[in-house]
Amino acid sequence: MAELAIELIGVNKHFGEVHANKNITFGVRKGTVHGIIGENGAGKSTLMSIIYGYYQADSGTIKINGKAERIRSSHAAIGLGIGMVHQHFMLVDPFTVLENIVLGAEGGITLDGSLAAARTHLQKLNQDYGLQVDPDAIVGELGVGTQQRVEILKTLYRGADVLILDEPTAVLTPQEADDLFRILRLLRDQGKTVILITHKLREVLDITDDVTVMRAGEIVGQVRTADVTKEDLADLMVGRKVNMHLDKAAAVPGKKVLSVSGLNLVDSRGVALLKDIGFDLHAGEIVGIAGVSGNGQSELLEVLSGMREATSGSVQFKGTELATLKTREPKAAAYRKLGIAHIPEDRSREGMVKDFMTFENAILGYHDDPSVRRGFLFNRKAIIERCRRFIDEFDVRPALTHRRIGLFSGGNQQKVILAREIHANPDLLLIGQPTRGVDIGAIEFIHKRLMQLRDEGKALLLVSVELDEIMALSDRIIVMNGGAISGELPAAEATATSLGLLMGGHK
Amino acid sequence: MSQPANMPRWASLWLMPLLNLFAALFVSGLVIALIGEDPVECLKLMINGAFGYPEGIGYTLFYTTSFIFTGLAVAAAFHAGLFNIGGEGQMYLAGLGVTLVCLQFDYLPAYVVIPLAMLAAILFGGAWALVPGYLQAKRGSHIVVTTIMFNFIASSLMTWLLVDKLRMEGSQTPATREFAQNAWVPMLHEWFAPLGVELPNTPLNASFFLALIALVLFYLVVWHSPKGFVTRTVGLNEKAARYAGIPVDKVIIAVMCVSGALAGLAAINELLGSTHRMNMGFTNGIGFVGIAVALMGRNHPVGILLSALLFGALTQGGLDLSFEKPAITREMIIFTQGLIILFCGALENLFQTPLSAAFKRMLKNQ
Repeated sequence: MAELAIELIGVNKHFGEVHANKNITFGVRKGTVHGIIGENGAGKSTLMSIIYGYYQADSGTIKINGKAERIRSSHAAIGLGIGMVHQHFMLVDPFTVLENIVLGAEGGITLDGSLAAARTHLQKLNQDYGLQVDPDAIVGELGVGTQQRVEILKTLYRGADVLILDEPTAVLTPQEADDLFRILRLLRDQGKTVILITHKLREVLDITDDVTVMRAGEIVGQVRTADVTKEDLADLMVGRKVNMHLDKAAAVPGKKVLSVSGLNLVDSRGVALLKDIGFDLHAGEIVGIAGVSGNGQSELLEVLSGMREATSGSVQFKGTELATLKTREPKAAAYRKLGIAHIPEDRSREGMVKDFMTFENAILGYHDDPSVRRGFLFNRKAIIERCRRFIDEFDVRPALTHRRIGLFSGGNQQKVILAREIHANPDLLLIGQPTRGVDIGAIEFIHKRLMQLRDEGKALLLVSVELDEIMALSDRIIVMNGGAISGELPAAEATATSLGLLMGGHK
Repeated sequence: MSQPANMPRWASLWLMPLLNLFAALFVSGLVIALIGEDPVECLKLMINGAFGYPEGIGYTLFYTTSFIFTGLAVAAAFHAGLFNIGGEGQMYLAGLGVTLVCLQFDYLPAYVVIPLAMLAAILFGGAWALVPGYLQAKRGSHIVVTTIMFNFIASSLMTWLLVDKLRMEGSQTPATREFAQNAWVPMLHEWFAPLGVELPNTPLNASFFLALIALVLFYLVVWHSPKGFVTRTVGLNEKAARYAGIPVDKVIIAVMCVSGALAGLAAINELLGSTHRMNMGFTNGIGFVGIAVALMGRNHPVGILLSALLFGALTQGGLDLSFEKPAITREMIIFTQGLIILFCGALENLFQTPLSAAFKRMLKNQ
C-alpha cells in the first residue's frame, strides 16, 4: 500500500438535522491526482472544508502523512502543507502577481525584503512547474486561466504538498482546461498530491489516478480510474442507471421566429458588451450559444428577454420589431405576453425568489394573469392547483407547494422554473445554463423535456458554458467571444476542439 | 436571517421575542432598582395602570390605535425592502391636511368632514413619503437618509405654520383653535351609551376599528393579492422582480405612498379622536415607536397588533406609574421603550445560539 498523504477515518459532520458527511473513510495516495465526484449537495465541499479547516468534524480522525491532526483553521491546514484553490478566486485585482502571492505571508516591517525574497522563490516555482506567470503583471488584467495559475502559485509558495482544487475548470475554455491538466500532471510528477473536486466525468477520466464517488453525504465508491468507464461513474453518482445519451431526431425547422441583426450593447462606462450580433432562429430548432462565461452571452439573453435595452440593432420576433416596441409596462413583461419565455442563467438570483413558497414562484412573471386573479385578490386555489400540476408533471421533490423554494435542490428549483415558463406556451424559449448546479438525474429529465419542446415546434435559444450540453442539444451552434459572434457551426460538425478554438477567438 | 434548522417555528416566532422582551424588562428593572425603587412593585403598577381598570384599558387601546397605523406604515415599506423611518414626519404632515380640512369645513356634517379629513390625512401623509420614494426609485438616494431629513423638514415647517399661520388668534400657545364637534371622530363610550353599555370616558374612538380593518386589509393585500406579491418580490429580490417584468421604480414609489398614508391615519386618531385641535409636536414619537412595533411584530399584522398593544400598555402604564412614583419620570418610560427596541430589534438574535443549542440538546435527550 502506497503512503497516504491524507487519510480520513469515520468523519461525520452535521448541520442541524442535515447529516452532511456520514462516516467518511478514505485515503489519498501521495503523489497522485485524486478525483472527488458527486452531485451538488453530495457533501464534497463540506468534506474539503473539513480538511482545509473551515469546519470541524463532529467526530472522526484526520491523518496527514500518517499522523492524526486536528485542523482548527485554514491557517493550520496551510501549516500542514495543504493548499486550496477556490472556485471563486481570492485575489486582489489591482495588485501584481507578486503582491498577491506575498499577501498574508509578509515578513518584516517593510514589504521590500519579503518581495525580493518572494521573487526569487517564485521564479523557481514558475520554472519547476511550468506555470509561466509574470510576477509583475497586474492580476486584474490577466485572463481567468492565468489567474487560476496565480492561485496555484500562491498555495505552492506557502509550501503546499497537497493541493485541493474546487471545480477548477468551471470558468475555463477547453484549451485552458487542458493547460491546467498539464500543470496538474507536472505537479504530480514532482511529488505533489492533487485533489480535484468536480462533477465533470470527462475530466475525472482524463486526469485522475483514483476516484472517490460521493452521494448524499456518503462515500459510495472508491476506484482506480483506469478500472472504470464514464457510465460506471455516472451510475455510482446518481445511484441508478443513467441514460447519458440523448436520442435526437433531425430538426425540422419551420417558420422564422426570431431574427436578430446588428445588435450592439454599450454599457455606461462605454464598454462594448455586444458587437454586431446577428442570427436567425426558427420554430422547431435549438440554437446553442457556446462561449466562456462573460463573453456577452448573458447580455444577449438580457436584451432578448427585455431586461436590458440594446444600444442599437434590430430584433424581430414573429414579425414584430422589438427594439422600437413602445410599452407602458417594463419590456420584460411585454415580451413575455408576446410569447417569449425566459429561463435565466442565474437561477437563484433572477429566476425565483428564494424566500417565496413553491406556489408563489410558480407564478412569478405571470402574477398579473387573469387566470391567477379573482378581482383584486389572487385566486389562491387556482395557483396552488397549477403548482401541484407542475410538481406532478415535472416530478419536483419534495412534492410540496408550501415550502420555501430556497430549500429545494438546484435541480428541483430548475424544474419549477421550467414548468412555469413552459406553461405559458411560448413560441420562443430563452434558456440560460439550464443545468448549472443541477444533479445528473434532473439533467437527464430537463434535456429530454427541452428536446420535446423542440419537436413540438418551439424555437429554443440555449446558452450554456457546458460544451457537452451545447453539443448534445443544439441543432446549430453559435460561438461568442468578446461580445461578438466568432463562428457558427452545424452541431453535427462541431467538436470540442473546433468550438474551443472559436471560444478563444481564433477563427 | 437564516433560521436554525433545530429550532421549531413556534420558538423563533414566539419564544424569542418574549425572551427579548423579558431581557429588556429585566434591565429596566435593574435601573429602577438603582434609583431606589422596587422594580416588582413598579411592574405591578404599570400592568395595573394599563389593564387593571376600564379607563386604563381605554387609554391603552387609544395609544395602541396610533401604534398600529405607524407600525403598519413601517411594515408596508419593509415588505418592499424599504426602511421608512419617516413615519413621524408623514404623520405630522397628515395632521396638517386634517387640520386644513377641519379649519375650513368643520361646519359641514360629520359624514362629509370626517371622510374628507381622512382623505386629506392619506394624501398629505402619502405625498410626504412620495418624495423620498421618488428619490430612491429614480435617483438612488437612500430612503433612510431622506426620510430622516423629511422628519426634520416636517417639524420645521409645522413649527412655522403653527406659530405664524395657524395659531388661534389671541393665544400664545402654538396650536389651532378647537375643531367643531362635527369633525370629531365618535368616542366609543358615546357610541355605546345608547346601547346601554357604559364605557368609561376615554379618548378611545372609532379609529380603533379603522386600525383593525387596516390590519386585515394589510394581510390580504400583502399575502393574497398581486400588488402584495409584486411588493414582496421587489423587497426580497430586486433582480427577480426585473426578470418578472415588475416596474420596480413604480412599486417603490407606490409602496412609499401607501406607507405614508398609513402613518397619516394615525393623525386621525390623535387629532379627531382626542385633542380636537392641532398642537405643536402632537406626533410625540408615535412615528418612531412604529418602527419598534413593526420590528417586534415581524411585519405581520398579528405581530403588529400584539406589539402595538404592548407599546400602548407601556405608554399608558408608564404614565400611571409616573403619577404614583415621582422618581420614575416619563424619560424612564422612554428608556424602557428604548431597551425593548434595542433587544427586540437590534439584538433580535441575541438568544438564538443558546436557544437553538438548548433545543438540540433536548432533541438528543429524547
